[in-house]
Amino acid sequence: MTSSRVEPVETSPTRSLAAKPRRWGSWYVAEHRLRGMRSYYKTLIATTVFTPFIYLFALGLGLGSLVNRGSAGAFDGVNYLTFVAPALIASAACTAAVEECTYPVLMGFKWNPIFFGMNAAPITGNQITNGVFIAVIGRILPTTAVYYLAMLLFGATPSPWSALEIVIATTTGMAFGLVVASYMAGVETDTGQPAIIQRFIVVPLFLFSGTFFPLTQMPIYLQWIGWLSPLWHGSQLGRLATYGLLEPGWLVAVHVLFLLGLCVFGWLRTQHVVTKRLNK
Amino acid sequence: MPFVTVETMPTPVISAPVIVASGLTKKYKGLAAVDGISFEVAPGESFGLLGPNGAGKSTTMRMVGAVSTRTSGTLSILGLDPNRHGPEVRAQLGVVPQQDNLDMELRVRDNLIVYGRYFGISNRAAGKKADELLEFAQLSDRAKSKVDDLSGGMKRRLTIARSLMNDPRVLLLDEPTTGLDPQARHILWDRLFRLKEQGTTLVLTTHYMDEAEQLCDRLIVVDKGTIMAEGSPAALIREYSTREVVELRFGSDRNAEVALQLAGLGERIEVLPDRVLIYADDGDAILAHVAAAGLEPVTSLVRRSSLEDVFLRLTGRSLIE
Repeated sequence: MTSSRVEPVETSPTRSLAAKPRRWGSWYVAEHRLRGMRSYYKTLIATTVFTPFIYLFALGLGLGSLVNRGSAGAFDGVNYLTFVAPALIASAACTAAVEECTYPVLMGFKWNPIFFGMNAAPITGNQITNGVFIAVIGRILPTTAVYYLAMLLFGATPSPWSALEIVIATTTGMAFGLVVASYMAGVETDTGQPAIIQRFIVVPLFLFSGTFFPLTQMPIYLQWIGWLSPLWHGSQLGRLATYGLLEPGWLVAVHVLFLLGLCVFGWLRTQHVVTKRLNK
Repeated sequence: MPFVTVETMPTPVISAPVIVASGLTKKYKGLAAVDGISFEVAPGESFGLLGPNGAGKSTTMRMVGAVSTRTSGTLSILGLDPNRHGPEVRAQLGVVPQQDNLDMELRVRDNLIVYGRYFGISNRAAGKKADELLEFAQLSDRAKSKVDDLSGGMKRRLTIARSLMNDPRVLLLDEPTTGLDPQARHILWDRLFRLKEQGTTLVLTTHYMDEAEQLCDRLIVVDKGTIMAEGSPAALIREYSTREVVELRFGSDRNAEVALQLAGLGERIEVLPDRVLIYADDGDAILAHVAAAGLEPVTSLVRRSSLEDVFLRLTGRSLIE
């Protein structure tokens, strides 16, 4: 017999039994996810480092040398590289965020159902969600930081405020990723949703969100795409930070609120869906 | 098998039960998966839920494991209501789910460490504990292997090792040996038996009667979400079956027909599609009668009654369908 003592009544300080998991649970999950990323860290490092150089070189310098010659002044009065870089960094953040918010979420419930294991330990659905998202930030922050350094090297950041770009791009990626995660958390059968999201949502938005030319250059009936796209709002904010794009104050507020709103919505909805799915 | 010996009752329990369920019910869209079951588990006891697939065993286990909210009834785990104190309950449980949910992206030892962290165990202490448990699970030499490279039995042992990272007061095992080959099952039973000897409270579900007989001090037979019977394996067999069973096979098209001629033999006759079972205390005497009557079965076998027979008697169905 292991114990002959009387069981404590429920009013006793029971919370101390799981004090640490209650407090740090989200971080334990994030730690687990980051350990998981180690299995593909080489790919991660390669993508993080090479993507900015390839894009900035090809689009900024390659395409840019043509564009600058033909249409000086069409891009907010800055050279093409400076114009396009804030959109490229935001788009890199979106791609990485969508990657980390699709496969790991689907896997955690389906192919490698570790979420159920975490939940059998003292970790709650909300903590699992938080932990996964903390790990996503942990992946995007270095991605945008390296991108920003590349932008510095390419001379695409004339403004002294340009370092804010790291925060702006990360927030843009999260706004996109968290909404995607809130959808993925409810996916019961894998019918290739992650690839569909990348191909039919991320890529088109990349092309139609005022990335390569100002949104106002697009036909008026296509401009709504930009307004709904976190990428456009993030790119415009980035342009404000890197070269002082002139925009009315209300529009800047819209950009900020739109991105933060998506983040809050995606985060809370994912918590709700994950918790519900675990409790069967 | 303790049949002929005097039944060993579990030691009288003085301390409060670790699990108390009363009228426990779980409904999905109005359908009851668990329909008002009540039971208690004493500390150090090895308690089983025996029943076919879909009987409500796993749902019960998830409620006891504080991951599934009950629809009605009361449930107390280690004195706590799992609806209100989920993390506190789970902090004291070890759980071996029906399907292994090890992290395939991590190596064997890392799986244990990561899991230990969820209970707030430091990295260093988790590493030490992981090494101890790998030893216990006979997996020390596989510490650095990828989980995918382990056999089914090894994965199961790793899952059990993982469930012990927090020194649980109660270990919940949902179908611990389903899908394993006989040798792997025996290794696993041996490990579970050791835990039982050390005083760990075990709660397990199974649809294998031999597993229930090996590991459970006491069990409930569950079918369609309700409890059909409760007791120690030996007591259940004594109450619901005879000492021995004669199994006769006359060929699938003749079984039912011959059964009519067997009427009156033994205490009870069950006709299954592939064989006829005659329940009696002296199987050999029955066989002699069968032979004397000129009936020639293709095969005949006298065996001791098992929980399978109890289940058949209680539900009219076989455990493994």
